[in-house]
Amino acid sequence: MGAGAQALTHAAELLVTLDPGLVQIVSLSLRVSFAAVVIATLAGLPLGATIAVARFPGRQVLIVILNALLGLPSVVVGLAVYLLLSRAGPLGSMGILFTPSAMVFAQAILVAPIIAALSRQSIEDAWREYEEQLRSLGAAPVQAGLTLVWDCRFSLLTTVLAGFGRAVAEVGAVMIVGGNIDGVTRVMTTAIALETSMGDLPLALGLGFILLSLVLALNAAAQVIKEAAQHRYG
Amino acid sequence: MNAVRRLLLAALLAAAHFAALPAGAQQKFITVASTTSTEQSGLFGHLLPIYAKKTGVQVRVVALGTGQALDVARRGDADVVFVHDKPAEEKFVAEGFGVARREVMYNDFVLIGPKSDPAQVAGGKDIVVAFGKIRAAQAPIVSRGDRSGTHSAELRLWKMAGIGLAAARGPWYRDTGSGMGPALNTASSMNAYILADRGTWLSFKNRGELTIVVEGDQRLFNQYGVILVNPAKHPHVKKELGQAFIDWIVSDEGQRAIAGYKIGGEQLFFPNAKRG
Repeated sequence: MGAGAQALTHAAELLVTLDPGLVQIVSLSLRVSFAAVVIATLAGLPLGATIAVARFPGRQVLIVILNALLGLPSVVVGLAVYLLLSRAGPLGSMGILFTPSAMVFAQAILVAPIIAALSRQSIEDAWREYEEQLRSLGAAPVQAGLTLVWDCRFSLLTTVLAGFGRAVAEVGAVMIVGGNIDGVTRVMTTAIALETSMGDLPLALGLGFILLSLVLALNAAAQVIKEAAQHRYG
Repeated sequence: MNAVRRLLLAALLAAAHFAALPAGAQQKFITVASTTSTEQSGLFGHLLPIYAKKTGVQVRVVALGTGQALDVARRGDADVVFVHDKPAEEKFVAEGFGVARREVMYNDFVLIGPKSDPAQVAGGKDIVVAFGKIRAAQAPIVSRGDRSGTHSAELRLWKMAGIGLAAARGPWYRDTGSGMGPALNTASSMNAYILADRGTWLSFKNRGELTIVVEGDQRLFNQYGVILVNPAKHPHVKKELGQAFIDWIVSDEGQRAIAGYKIGGEQLFFPNAKRG
């Protein structure tokens, strides 16, 4: 049996038996990444919309920086957050290093630039199209921004999904700030890294299949919601 | 817009709920910085449930190389360290970061190599001679290169063999800067020699053509120690809970639990805590 077939067998076994360890790991992965994306969206979307609509000195520089941050290495974010949350660091007294909260924190930092950069682009494109119209209606900047966000809601959904994909798939940051503690901070990606370390490549690949299926299912669900909403609201 | 608002609200509530949920705050726990060998060999998976059942205290293990584990403890991010590099551990205590190092158990390092054995070292009992032969044959050898306990042991062996790595290293010496498992994966795919701890080797599955070529030399002895992080240095250290765990692991009961961990009938770690 090839490694691929063995991996699929492992994945099927884990899923069919609803392995409690697996359920916990999957659920933590989803909860951490979901919370991180919500926080990142709350920070990134207003930022993206502001940069899209407002004109101010240094705007181009800010856009370049934001776009560059799309390539932020997760291990660097992990290290920075580790130093921040470490007992010897500035936020050490919170005592949240090696907890899921630290993982949410790190992933939110990773995802926020994605949400901000991609939403800035969508909203700016819409702004070009509707600027005159909105101005002639006398819309204040904030009002115009909100209108554009609403107008771009479907492409913004894709933006949020891209952010979620980045969060749920990264391993560098959560490994450092979470510590991959069994039953506490072990998520899909760190579990895959651990199984790879132990040389159980089929099991590692099997977990990889499960992670991919989850992301696929989530995107399919988002697509269905989007279609339904588009149908209803036009 | 209602559907979207409701969705957004639900998302916010879920996030808030998650954020408000302090991870396992209802349960007492300590954080132990330990090595990849103890975690990846499955020892903690065997020991910790026994301890949790007895005391109700959860032991959270962060598995790193020994050097990194000691650094994490230096920063105050762990209550206890459980590692295997005696000189580094003694330095850690001497610097005032740890109190009262206790020896817990030992196992041994083994030299792993390809069955084809290009350096002709298989079956030897002298690890220093084997290292010399590998150097002479310029046979590929994978090094951890990550300041782990196993890496320190490897460096000590090169020194004993009278080989100055700085001058001698060439393409045959592959410094991977990775944990025991990843380094074994690398050795397995390039059919190289590698120094490994027996525990990780026994639980390692992707062996390919690799096998044990040298074992049983006294110089391959691998001692594990446990240290409480100094509460005087880091006041938040859970002194009582950490000390209770140390006391248990060196007690008859803890030592028996260590001896009871076997893979395929083979015992991985040998308890040797001194009394008192």
